[in-house]
Amino acid sequence: MSEIIEPIDKLEPIEDIGGVAQPLLRVDGLTKHFPVRGAWFGAAKTVRAVDDVSFSIAKGETVGIVGESGCGKSTTARLLMHLMPRNAGDIIYDGRQVGRELSLRELRRGMQMVFQDSYASLNPRLTIEESIAFGPKVHGMADAASRHLARELLGKVGLRPENFANRYPHEISGGQRQRVNIARALALSPRLVILDEAVSALDKSVEAQVLNLLVDLKREFGLTYLFISHDLNVVRYISDRVLVMYLGEVVELGPVDSVWDQPAHPYTQALLAAMPSSDPDNRTQVPPISGDPPNPIDPPAGCRFHTRCPFAEPLCGGATPKLTELDGLGHQAACYMAIPGSGHSRAPAARDLHSEAPALS
Amino acid sequence: MSNLVEVNNLNIRFTGERTVHAVNNLSLTLGEGEVLGLLGESGSGKSVTLRALMRLLPKKRTQISGTVRVLGRDVLALDDDALSAFRGQTVSMIFQEPALALDPVYTIGRQIAETVMRHEGKSQHDATARALEMLEVVRIPSAKRRLDAYPHEMSGGMRQRAMIALALACKPKILLADEPTTALDATVQIQILLLLRELQREFGMSVIFVTHDIGVAIEICDRVAVMYAGQIIEQGSLREIVRTPLHPYAKGLLASTVHGAKRGARLETIPGTPPSLDQAPSACSFAPRCAFAQPRCTAALPPDVQVGPNRSARCILVDPATAGA
Repeated sequence: MSEIIEPIDKLEPIEDIGGVAQPLLRVDGLTKHFPVRGAWFGAAKTVRAVDDVSFSIAKGETVGIVGESGCGKSTTARLLMHLMPRNAGDIIYDGRQVGRELSLRELRRGMQMVFQDSYASLNPRLTIEESIAFGPKVHGMADAASRHLARELLGKVGLRPENFANRYPHEISGGQRQRVNIARALALSPRLVILDEAVSALDKSVEAQVLNLLVDLKREFGLTYLFISHDLNVVRYISDRVLVMYLGEVVELGPVDSVWDQPAHPYTQALLAAMPSSDPDNRTQVPPISGDPPNPIDPPAGCRFHTRCPFAEPLCGGATPKLTELDGLGHQAACYMAIPGSGHSRAPAARDLHSEAPALS
Repeated sequence: MSNLVEVNNLNIRFTGERTVHAVNNLSLTLGEGEVLGLLGESGSGKSVTLRALMRLLPKKRTQISGTVRVLGRDVLALDDDALSAFRGQTVSMIFQEPALALDPVYTIGRQIAETVMRHEGKSQHDATARALEMLEVVRIPSAKRRLDAYPHEMSGGMRQRAMIALALACKPKILLADEPTTALDATVQIQILLLLRELQREFGMSVIFVTHDIGVAIEICDRVAVMYAGQIIEQGSLREIVRTPLHPYAKGLLASTVHGAKRGARLETIPGTPPSLDQAPSACSFAPRCAFAQPRCTAALPPDVQVGPNRSARCILVDPATAGA
């Protein structure tokens, strides 16, 4: 089949299969463990970078992932893009299981990624136009058509093609490079774009420009975003739903407003309280939690947060709490305090939750 | 209030393949017990200014003019011996990346003790005792054990605490902090900020705190100087800068923070990018990006308009009479 392919002038957009109701991406039990060498003659150890992570992204939605360094958010993104092999888990793109019903080549037409380091992710020897046209050419587009597309996309991301197309990555600023990376991600007309700390390295005034651009592009191309960031303000601004990760696990997920207004997991509460104040007369007085995140090598047993949690009780060190629905509206948390009748002294009694849940009353 | 630091008309130029006018005509003062924030984006010259106060810039490639007086002494005229006594004892500095600032082949305890022995002439025994005391001051758990730890054995937050302990070991009058919390996780950043705030009060130090994050500045600074293209374009008390910024760049910077922005609503942005610093500014550096620019903005350098005591802005639109109100 792949002997000689006629160059084409246009890449057909990836077609929608399951309709609106079917999530664009479903992730089930995604797991990645890195073996690391132990101390001299010691036993080998494991970094449990991503541990049994499941979530879905609806079509047209923006899902944010927040967490501190080492929580597995970037590893999750790389696993989704198949930039590294996973230990377990299913990735289902628009109803088709990747690797079985959907080839990697097709997946990458439908899913693209923008990385944090705008310089390292561009080939320094290619002009900007060549970088953007590279993907479409690999997928069979004719040279002239792909260059035309590249120039068109440069215009879409706010860079005048006549000024920028023939420049090299080192000749433009960080904000402009990140725009180029976004244009390159869009060159295969994907439906899902993974933005891994895509605005984190930018200055504040440039960050706002790029965020506006992302909002515009989403509307224009009907995109779906997975937005990974450690900056809670940015995630709140751009996301519809958010996942909070801690040491490789999802500890809370839900619509961004309910997670922000009523964080159920003590880690989410601490993370939100740790944001610097915006009011000079109302500075933070007490740090919400003490200590650093533990090493993801051999993380604590049970709830991984129990070593730093002010509400930890003996049961927290036992079994890992499961993600549990809180309100019938998709807000879930993995904490014994949120699980009715779990045995934690602060947990609601088994029946309380149902009478209080707005969806059921 | 006497000024510990007085910088007047500081110009810093880096020469080499190309010339960079990193700091242009900068003047600032730091009072006793005061925390001054230098706020600006990358390339605005805030770190370079800080390094100039300790003469840490590479000698051969840097041209410095102007005056820098710290505790009445002319820092730019110090010879090498005087300089090494001055660093660490009078003024000391903490950096963004503690893993790079600490020496990887010596234990934390030995590094702190060495500083104390060098500056205060103490015996090794006394210096080690001081090192232990300092680790307790910065609240490193099981401090005694940590004396013998190497930097790589500690977590990021612990290392930053160790670097603060090292910087404060000789009880300096002035602490220079160059984005000390930027590389840290959110829950650790707030711990370090609160620790610094407390130690500043306890030791009665003056601090110059460089940051790009307005939220961090709000948590720790008394006074803020906003930098753009190597100049201070506005300074004033923290409240004044946050509540009523005068310079269009300071206004834009504060407006473009995502904090509290409505989802889907457009963020306010400053169009364009900062200028290259190939030439010394001869006009307002911000004029090309400014929505209120007028022909006279590009004709000459705007004056530094004094708006009130300790409050000034470098913009022709700022009117000393109305803006002070």
